[in-house]
Amino acid sequence: MNHRPITEDDLHAYVDRVLEPERQAEVAAYLGDHPDVAKRVTAFADQRDLLRAALAPIAEEPLPPKLNLARIIENRARRPSVARWAMAAMLLLSIGGLGGWAVRGAWQPSPSGLVALAQEATASYKVYAPDRIRPVEVRASDSGQLVQWVSDRLRRPVKVPDLTTSGYRLMGGRLVATEHGPAAMFMYDDDHGSRIVVLTRPMSSADQNAPMTPQSQGDVGGFAWADDGVGYSLVGHAAPEFLRPIANEVRKQARTI
Amino acid sequence: MKDMLLQVEPLIPALRRYARALVRNRANADDLVQDCLERAVSRWYQRRDGDVRAWLFTILHNLAVNQFRQSSARGRHVPIDATNEDNFGEAAVQEQRLMYKDVLSKLARLPEDQRAVLLLVAVEDLSYADTAKVLNIPVGTVMSRLSRARERLQQEIEGTVDNTASNVVPIRSEK
Repeated sequence: MNHRPITEDDLHAYVDRVLEPERQAEVAAYLGDHPDVAKRVTAFADQRDLLRAALAPIAEEPLPPKLNLARIIENRARRPSVARWAMAAMLLLSIGGLGGWAVRGAWQPSPSGLVALAQEATASYKVYAPDRIRPVEVRASDSGQLVQWVSDRLRRPVKVPDLTTSGYRLMGGRLVATEHGPAAMFMYDDDHGSRIVVLTRPMSSADQNAPMTPQSQGDVGGFAWADDGVGYSLVGHAAPEFLRPIANEVRKQARTI
Repeated sequence: MKDMLLQVEPLIPALRRYARALVRNRANADDLVQDCLERAVSRWYQRRDGDVRAWLFTILHNLAVNQFRQSSARGRHVPIDATNEDNFGEAAVQEQRLMYKDVLSKLARLPEDQRAVLLLVAVEDLSYADTAKVLNIPVGTVMSRLSRARERLQQEIEGTVDNTASNVVPIRSEK
């Protein structure tokens, strides 16, 4: 039988018990034949046991209040970070003409997560809906792949809403970048070629659960809401009374995931 | 944030253990873990795919390294605060405690890079690949540091270490 030669790495992996069973057996046989090496390996294993035993009590000490994770999360949600203020300032600079609207959103005492979400949906709509060449990255014909992709990136199961009963067909979707991490964007069109966008992503801290509220920015408008930590926004170039039943349909379907 | 709480909270004791073994001082170590948790909360949605544990150890390790750099004038060879000293037990327990204290003070004599590898692999059960990721070094370097750490600690335990060797205060570069 031809055995692969035993390496130093094998000896350490043997001590750390991370070898495949066959290799483990080969190393054990080798050590049986080489008492000097076996002595070293035993010493390493003893070290390992001793270190683990010596450090174990630290992990058993009760956690001090400052390491209470729930409290850390809560404090963060309450305190507007420097980054968030910087964001607000940037927004003021970049929005310009729509300044009044932006100020309302950004400088409220507790900035609303839904406002940010609706802004992201609107921005995606403005960039991708007029695109005649490649409005979506993954087409509806590959919707299985699309669902897999965005679910992976959002780390939760995402379902593509079916809006055929409202007269809208899925064109496809893509992943979009937001300040709060990746979001999934789905685009639909109707028989007249008018398009709507649904954007969804996990909500960071604000508005984990929020009722459906109208949002508008210029001539693009729609609705945003959040259920169980996941936010949705539907926007389009249409009147609110036209979009509301469609948003209701999206919400109904999302709740049955 | 609920999934974060579920995934991160059980790992806090291990983070404390690693921090304490690395920086040796209880208050400092807990400050580092607190910083680490705050960063983890703010970056939760930006983290890459992969093991949450390796991700947290990476944040913690980088914070510890920064602290090392900032306080480069610190003395070495300070033993690790293992448990409360004012807690006297029976003789056997006492003897065991002395043994633990002894091995930890020997561990503290290892160079930081070797100590980190040994702790992550042998105590925190990170895979060699995850250890390489945490320390941002190739797996081959993890293996060679692990080997050196074990040899060195063994010399310390057997009392054959040459104490005038390299590892003492680096500020004085002789010759």
